[in-house]
Amino acid sequence: MIVFDGVTKTYPDGTVAVDDLSLEAPSGKITVLVGPSGCGKTTSLRMVNRMIKPTSGTISLDGRDTSRMKEAELRRGIGYVIQHAGLFPHRTVLDNVSTVPRLLGVNRRDSEKRSMELLERVGLDPAFAKRYPAQLSGGQQQRVGVARALAADPPVMLMDEPFSAVDPVVREQLQDEFLRLQGELGKTIIFVTHDIDEAIKLGDQVAVLRVGGKLAQVAEPAYLLSHPVDDFIADFVGRDRGYRALSFQPTPRLPLAQERTVAMGEDVARLDTDWVLVVDERNHPLGWVEPRRVHGEVTSEVLHRGGTVARASGPLRAALDAALSSPSRRGVIVDDAGALVGTVRAHEVLTAIEDTDRPELEDPDHPGAASPAASGTSAPTSAASASSAAGTVSDASA
Amino acid sequence: MTWFIDHLDDVQARTLQHVYLAGLPLVLGLLIALPLGWLARRYKPLYAPFTAGFGLLYTIPSLALFVLLPGLLGTKILDPVNVVVGMTLYTVALLVRTVADGLGAVPEDVQQAATAMGYTRVKRFFAIELPLAVPVISAGLRVAAVSNVSIVSVAAVLGIPQLGLFFTDGFARAFYDPLVVGIIACVVLALFFDAVIVLATRALTPWLRATGARS
Repeated sequence: MIVFDGVTKTYPDGTVAVDDLSLEAPSGKITVLVGPSGCGKTTSLRMVNRMIKPTSGTISLDGRDTSRMKEAELRRGIGYVIQHAGLFPHRTVLDNVSTVPRLLGVNRRDSEKRSMELLERVGLDPAFAKRYPAQLSGGQQQRVGVARALAADPPVMLMDEPFSAVDPVVREQLQDEFLRLQGELGKTIIFVTHDIDEAIKLGDQVAVLRVGGKLAQVAEPAYLLSHPVDDFIADFVGRDRGYRALSFQPTPRLPLAQERTVAMGEDVARLDTDWVLVVDERNHPLGWVEPRRVHGEVTSEVLHRGGTVARASGPLRAALDAALSSPSRRGVIVDDAGALVGTVRAHEVLTAIEDTDRPELEDPDHPGAASPAASGTSAPTSAASASSAAGTVSDASA
Repeated sequence: MTWFIDHLDDVQARTLQHVYLAGLPLVLGLLIALPLGWLARRYKPLYAPFTAGFGLLYTIPSLALFVLLPGLLGTKILDPVNVVVGMTLYTVALLVRTVADGLGAVPEDVQQAATAMGYTRVKRFFAIELPLAVPVISAGLRVAAVSNVSIVSVAAVLGIPQLGLFFTDGFARAFYDPLVVGIIACVVLALFFDAVIVLATRALTPWLRATGARS
C-alpha cells in the first residue's frame, strides 16, 4: 500500500503543485490520478519514487517512509513507465528490459531469460529481442516499456500517461492487455492520465485532482460517475456519464427474440422482411441485409456492418449500444463464444436498466466504499433459451 | 620523388613523432573535456563561462603558447611536453562545448527513465548519457584531430622534431621537395586520424546503423 499523508509540493517561485494530498493506493489495485493539466498528478506520481521531493508531508510504501530509504534502492523496487516509453535508444530491446535486474546484480544469463519471458508476456515476438527501440512502432515500444518496468518483479508500478502517445486503436489494445496482465500480476499501481475515459476503464479507484493540486474526489469509477461531489467533478467526468456508467452494470436477463438468419451466398430476394441477419457456418453474426435491395445472393458487398454486437454476459452499455446501432433496430446478442443467441430492442434494454439499482449513496465514514455492482438482478442470460438454429433458415425462404 | 625515397627513414620517424604530438593530446584533451563538459551541463550557470572560456584558449597563438609554457611548467624550451600540453589545451578548447552539447542532446525522457530505474548519477553517466553523446562528441573530435595535426607543425619553428621540420627545412633552403612531402604526409595523417575516429564511432554506435536513420 502506498500512503500519501498531507503531501505538499511548493516550488521556489511560490507555485503550489500539490496541496496537502492525503490518499491511499491499496495493494494489488490500480489507483488512477486524473485531472486537467496543472493539477499536479504527475508531480504526485514522481514524489513516490522521489524523482521530486515533497516540500512537506510523508509518502510511505507498506508502512516505510520513503524519505528514509536510499533513492536508488527505492527506485529499483518500483516499476516506472512513461509516455514515450523512454527506452534507451542505444540498447537492444532485450538489454532495455534487463536493465533493473542487471542493476540489482542478477547475472546476464538469468536476467535475459527472465526478459525473454516478459517480452512474451506483454505480447511481443521474441524476434524483437535483438532489435533497437527505433526499429519498433510506438505501441511496441510501449510494450517494451511495460516489460522493462516489470523485469525485477517490483510490487509497485508508477505509470505516467503510458498509453497517451499511441493511436486510439493501439491504445485500446494496450489498455485491455494491461488489465489482463494486472489480473495475473496484482501489482500496486498508481496510474496518471488526463483522460477520464481511461481512468474509468482502468481504475479500481479514481482520484480526481483539480488545478492547484487539490484532491477533489476519490472513489470507485462507477460511484464517481453516479455521485460526483461537486460541479468540477460533474463537469470533468463528462456529459454522457449516465450512459458510460452502464459500462459497470452487468447485463441482466433480457427478453431475447429469435432472429431469422441466412448464410452468405443465399438468395434472399424473395424474403418478406425488412432486415435479415447474416451468420457464418458457426452461427457468428456477420451483418444485416435488406432483402428488397439485394438482387439475388447475399455477398460481402451488400452486408451492412454498422451494428455492434453485445455479449449476453457483458455490460448493459454494450447491449444498449447494440440495439441503438443496429440498422434493424434489433440489437445482436451473442454468447461468450461469439455465437448468436438472439436480438433485443432498445426499449427492452432500457426497461432492464430501469430495473437495476444505482450504486448506493456514500457512507460518510468510508468515502467511495459503495459497491459499483449493486444490482442484484445480474443473472446471466441463458444462451440456450432464445437461440435460433442456423439450419432453420433455408426453410424460411419460401 | 627521389628525395622522398632517400629520406624515407626521416619521413617515417617524423611522422611517428607527429602522431605522438598530435594524437596523445587528443586523448588527454578528451579525458579532460568530459568532466568539464559534464559540469557545464549539470550546473546551468557554468555552461556559458565554461564553453566560452575554454573556447577562448583556442585563440592563443600556438607559437606564443609553445614559448610561454616552458616558463609556466618549468620545462626546457625543446621539451616535447610543452607541445603535448599546448595541444591538449587546444583540444580541450574545442571539446568542452561539444561534450556539453552532446550530453545535452540525450532525450529528457531517457534521462528520467534512467533515474527512475535506479541508476546512480555516476552509473547513469557512463551507461546512458556518454554512449548516447558519442555521435556528437565524435564529430567534435574529428575537427580537433585535423586541427591538431596542422597546429603541431608550428612547433618546428622551435626545432621540436615532427613533420613541420620539413617545412622549416624547405623554407630555409628554398627547396620544394621536403615541403611537398611534408604537406602530403600531414594530409595523410589527418585522414588517418579521421578514419580511426570514424571507425571507433561506428563500433560504439551499432544502434545508429541498425535503424538506418543516421550514420
